Amino acid sequence: MHELAVCQALLDEVERIARARRAKRVAAVRVRVGALAGVEPELLQRAYEVARAGTLAEDASLAIEDSPVRVYCPRCGNEGTVQVPRLVCAACGEWRTEVVAGDDLTLMSVELVAADGVRAGGS
Amino acid sequence: MCENCGCAATGPEHVQVVKPLLERNDAEARHNRAHFDAHGVLAVNLMSAPGSGKTRLLEVTIPALRDEYPCAVIEGDLETDNDAARIRRHGIPAVQITTGSACHLDARMVHHALHELDLDGLALLFIENVGNLVCPASFALGTHRDVVLVSVTEGDDKPAKYPVMFRNADLVLVTKVDLLGVLDDFEVANVARQVRELGNPAPVVAISARTGEGLELWLDWLRAQSATLYGAVDRGVAALGTT
Repeated sequence: MHELAVCQALLDEVERIARARRAKRVAAVRVRVGALAGVEPELLQRAYEVARAGTLAEDASLAIEDSPVRVYCPRCGNEGTVQVPRLVCAACGEWRTEVVAGDDLTLMSVELVAADGVRAGGS
Repeated sequence: MCENCGCAATGPEHVQVVKPLLERNDAEARHNRAHFDAHGVLAVNLMSAPGSGKTRLLEVTIPALRDEYPCAVIEGDLETDNDAARIRRHGIPAVQITTGSACHLDARMVHHALHELDLDGLALLFIENVGNLVCPASFALGTHRDVVLVSVTEGDDKPAKYPVMFRNADLVLVTKVDLLGVLDDFEVANVARQVRELGNPAPVVAISARTGEGLELWLDWLRAQSATLYGAVDRGVAALGTT
């Protein structure tokens, strides 16, 4: 259950961004989880609900964007979506493919609130 | 738009980030890597399910390589320093990390362990990760190579079941192959096929710490990795500072 450790890293970064922009709280967090990232979206969601307590993101929702695995085939040039655990080229069957998407774990965006109804980070 | 009082701002501020979520761990891993590089140490991350024979493999590897490559071990376990004690019996420095409930090592834990280890004069560092085929795959440690073990009693479908772990392996060791004679449901070729289907060209080596089968292939692989990183130097001569 490393999703909790992932959430702690996520919340550390979210709080860092919120503080740097002098936000009062965080309203929403969006992450992208690749199918090959080694993180279960459902477990991440549950771990997040535990980990966010006492942070600036205490009331922030977490949106998880799925990202299917895409591979490029250097032999035939085909690029397409594949199903884990078979990352072979769907067009020619070559196994020496390169993963071009779906193996990342990325913090995409955050929504910050400076005070009720007021935008954060303004001058 | 009024920039003074925020009156035009009605909703929350949207901040685009697009940054790896584990960036801090990755940065700490790069720091560890720089430390290994500066000392000319090949660092190898050993990962497997619990009981696949990581410590046993080290117990046969160390006596075979220690004169050629002075080595040390960092052991990761939830509890006990049993594994570090086993390694120290061979006269090799070993640092135990006990993670408590954490199911994996991360770069910071390794960094702390490195404070207890003198890398001067070392050529090879093994990091034995917590026995687990899931969580350790997500946390870079800064090691140069990832080695994944699967023992024949675990079943030959492990790469397909744990794709994240096996896709990133630089070497897959099928351990305890001396038991193949009493098993009727394990084919080393199935492991290799699934590793290829993950797009991974890593060698798949059958090995037995008990009989020594495959041991030379494993030792040669380690020698080749060290030579790739640091050149095929005669360490005995280099240590004397010969110019």
